[in-house]
Amino acid sequence: MYTVNLAIMIPFLAAIIVPIIYKRIQKIHIGWFVFLVPTALFLFLVSFIPHIANGETYLYTLEWIPSYNINFTTYLDGLSLIFALLITGIGALVTIYSIYYLSSEENLSHFYTYLLLFMGAMLGVVFSDNIMVLYVFWELTSISSFLLIAFWYHRKSSRDGAQKSLLITVSGGFGMLVGFIMLYVMTGSMSVREIITTISSFHDHALFIPAMLLILLGAFTKSAQYPFHIWLPTAMEAPTPVSAYLHSATMVKAGIYLVARFTPVFGGELTWFWVVTIVGIVTLFWGSFNAIRQTDLKALLAYSTISQLGMIMSMIGISSVALRQGYSVNTVIYTQAAFAAIFHLINHSTFKGALFMVVGIIDHELGTRDIRRLGGLATLMPITFTIAIIGSFSMAGLPPFNGFLSKEMFFTAVLSVRELQFTSEVWMSLIPVIAWVASTLTFVYCMIFVIKTFLGEYKEEKLEHPGHEAPFGMLFSPVVLGFLVIVIFFFPNVLGDYVIKPAMYSIFPQLGAEDLGQHISAWHGFNTELKMTIGVIVLGTLLFISLRHWKGIYNWILPEKLSFNSLYGNSLEKVEDLSKFVTNSYMTGHLRDYMVYIYIFFIIAVGGTLLNTKAFLFDLEQYSSISEFEWLITIGMIIAAIAMLLAKSRLTAILLNSVLGYGIAIFFVIFRAPDLALTQTVIETVTTVLFLAAYYFLPEWKKEDSKRRSKVVNAIISVTVGVLFTTIALAVQSGKLFESVSSFYENAYELAGANNIVNAILGDFRAFDTMLEVVVLLIAGLGVYTFIKLKARKGDNPLEDK
Amino acid sequence: MEILIIILSGVLFTTAIYNLLQKQLLRIIIGTVLLSHGAHLMILTMGKLKTGLPPVLTEGVTDYTDPLPQALILTSIVISFGITGLLLVLAYRTTQENNTDNMEQLRGKSNE
Repeated sequence: MYTVNLAIMIPFLAAIIVPIIYKRIQKIHIGWFVFLVPTALFLFLVSFIPHIANGETYLYTLEWIPSYNINFTTYLDGLSLIFALLITGIGALVTIYSIYYLSSEENLSHFYTYLLLFMGAMLGVVFSDNIMVLYVFWELTSISSFLLIAFWYHRKSSRDGAQKSLLITVSGGFGMLVGFIMLYVMTGSMSVREIITTISSFHDHALFIPAMLLILLGAFTKSAQYPFHIWLPTAMEAPTPVSAYLHSATMVKAGIYLVARFTPVFGGELTWFWVVTIVGIVTLFWGSFNAIRQTDLKALLAYSTISQLGMIMSMIGISSVALRQGYSVNTVIYTQAAFAAIFHLINHSTFKGALFMVVGIIDHELGTRDIRRLGGLATLMPITFTIAIIGSFSMAGLPPFNGFLSKEMFFTAVLSVRELQFTSEVWMSLIPVIAWVASTLTFVYCMIFVIKTFLGEYKEEKLEHPGHEAPFGMLFSPVVLGFLVIVIFFFPNVLGDYVIKPAMYSIFPQLGAEDLGQHISAWHGFNTELKMTIGVIVLGTLLFISLRHWKGIYNWILPEKLSFNSLYGNSLEKVEDLSKFVTNSYMTGHLRDYMVYIYIFFIIAVGGTLLNTKAFLFDLEQYSSISEFEWLITIGMIIAAIAMLLAKSRLTAILLNSVLGYGIAIFFVIFRAPDLALTQTVIETVTTVLFLAAYYFLPEWKKEDSKRRSKVVNAIISVTVGVLFTTIALAVQSGKLFESVSSFYENAYELAGANNIVNAILGDFRAFDTMLEVVVLLIAGLGVYTFIKLKARKGDNPLEDK
Repeated sequence: MEILIIILSGVLFTTAIYNLLQKQLLRIIIGTVLLSHGAHLMILTMGKLKTGLPPVLTEGVTDYTDPLPQALILTSIVISFGITGLLLVLAYRTTQENNTDNMEQLRGKSNE
């Protein structure tokens, strides 16, 4: 029974089949086949709701790499069920929408393959219990998102957007992987459930805080939190169904999922509370502040998504207080922040999906989504207008839409922060103030969205197509989502009791199961939260009316060149320039320079080791005596070697070289090595002949004409290496040695039937060396032959000759 | 004795490296030859010089010179000879194709 594992694999299997069907069946739009996948999965997952609501969970393990504890383990509980329902449900709606949105001339098989890949990866992220498998699916979502953003790859902006999102999300993903590995090192387990049960004994571990911050980095980059939010607006180059699906409803919530999933692990720490809450609040404010200045509807929605994600994030951050303070009547209010977070997560998916689809319809029917060219569409597109109103008012937090409920709960959460004693009261009360201002700004951009697009005067001359209502197929999905927005407002407790409450057990497994749920009421009395909402409406309306007068502040508060976007662009450019500069500065193309690097490294590494270990000491006592004849040869060879450097002609150099060679042969005689002496003499003779032959063909021997500076450098390097080498040799010579193995070879006659021990070694004891040495000679001979004989030709013309 | 040979091979190394850092192909090849000379002397010295008679079995002799370094050097001599031959022909071909044996000029896109 691996049903959940199978559910993850189905989209991947479908992704393989899609291109095949696409080629075979031309008459029916391929999207209809794809539609079956999320629909079937959705229905399958819906069947789990009653069981999950009863507190059951499902765990399946498929072995993958058991020796490393990496197994394809899926865990179905309340939290993952919510995400999975969103992924499949909105996935199905987006598929229908895309069938009507994309023309059949597009490369549909690519589109749906990527989309199914994404769907499978996303299901994998939410169901995986094993952190390594979770990471695998996490990166798969990054990659499939990259492919989808660059779907129209012939556009430069699409490619740039895809690159930016990949760089940011994958960097965060790597950070997360490191955090996971730290977690594994600490707890010895890769299963999230096991980590939760054992983590309490590791709170003082040195890796605890680094692991927490790295995992948060992964979550923040994926969920477009400040300051990593910059990839989301540029990802709007993707086709609108993709924006609606990935960049509002599912992928950007993977980070939220991760934070919620790891709240039981890290939530007890104060650092967690501060980082998550502050980043969330800042993102909330920054997103809503920036959304107002946008003129592109999709960019506006992108910033609003950033803002809403920040809001959800901050609520999860606030809820972690409950884990810190333990369960009591006083902390119930904090657990309810998590409840509100999940509730708003669902609400956001519904209304933001609908809004993106609305923008897609406008873009598709009118050929533009620039606010400055739109207006007066209300009468032409009544259904679209209605959905836009539902979506925007819900986003602004107005009744009777579901956003109102979650925004009220959000206010409750931020107000509850004031009672915490972590730091001075002034700082604590700043959080609700920022949240309230951000909500006001949210109201303003929601009004911009509705009023500037649909009301006002109709500018037909600026549009590519005259305005008219979209076909039914395109309207179907946004209508369903808009309908959900209202249904959830009127029946929030169905959702709360059956879906959100089980998820609360997943976030707070340490706390008692009772009282984790919450009763949502549309009318909750005339309290502070309601007054705040009224304040939002009043101030928001005033701000919207006076928009023309204060819009200028954006240009002097935030000029384009000071934004994070240009920071990203500039640093990318500078890094490229810098690495180019660095590489060009040392990769000169001169062989001499590379040799100099090698020798300098040798000098530093070996010389440094010698100095460090004081291994350069040696004593001169033990050496054997030197006869006059040996003195003579040695001095003669030293003179020959040095004279070679000063040689005026090639012939002198070659002759001096053979003097050295024969000198060595004489040494071999002195040191009782008859075979060596013989070989050395013969080889030296042949080498000299070879040199003389080459000498005949090579150009004139030129005087050394390099610059004085490089001559000095060469001299210093060669002398240093020579001295170093001599020192090492002396140090090794006088080291304490063990007996040589050579006495074994004195049995040559008994073992090999030979009198000449050296020859016995070469031909018998160590004959492999000899065999391969013969091969070397053979290859060298073949090489010589080919160098002389063969020339690359093309047809009849020699390729190389000029 | 050993100290003298070690210094000699040190000198050989110094000159070899100085030659390797030169521009003309022939000088570089001579540098490699010097390097192998130095290495051979070095191997021989490491086996302790002069402890007895040549390593050929003779009645009544028990004190032989270490045969193992000699076998190693013999192998090395042959290999370095093969490489020297190959390098010389390579230098010949390079010079013929490019009309120069100067390493400074043997670079750039036209020769890559």
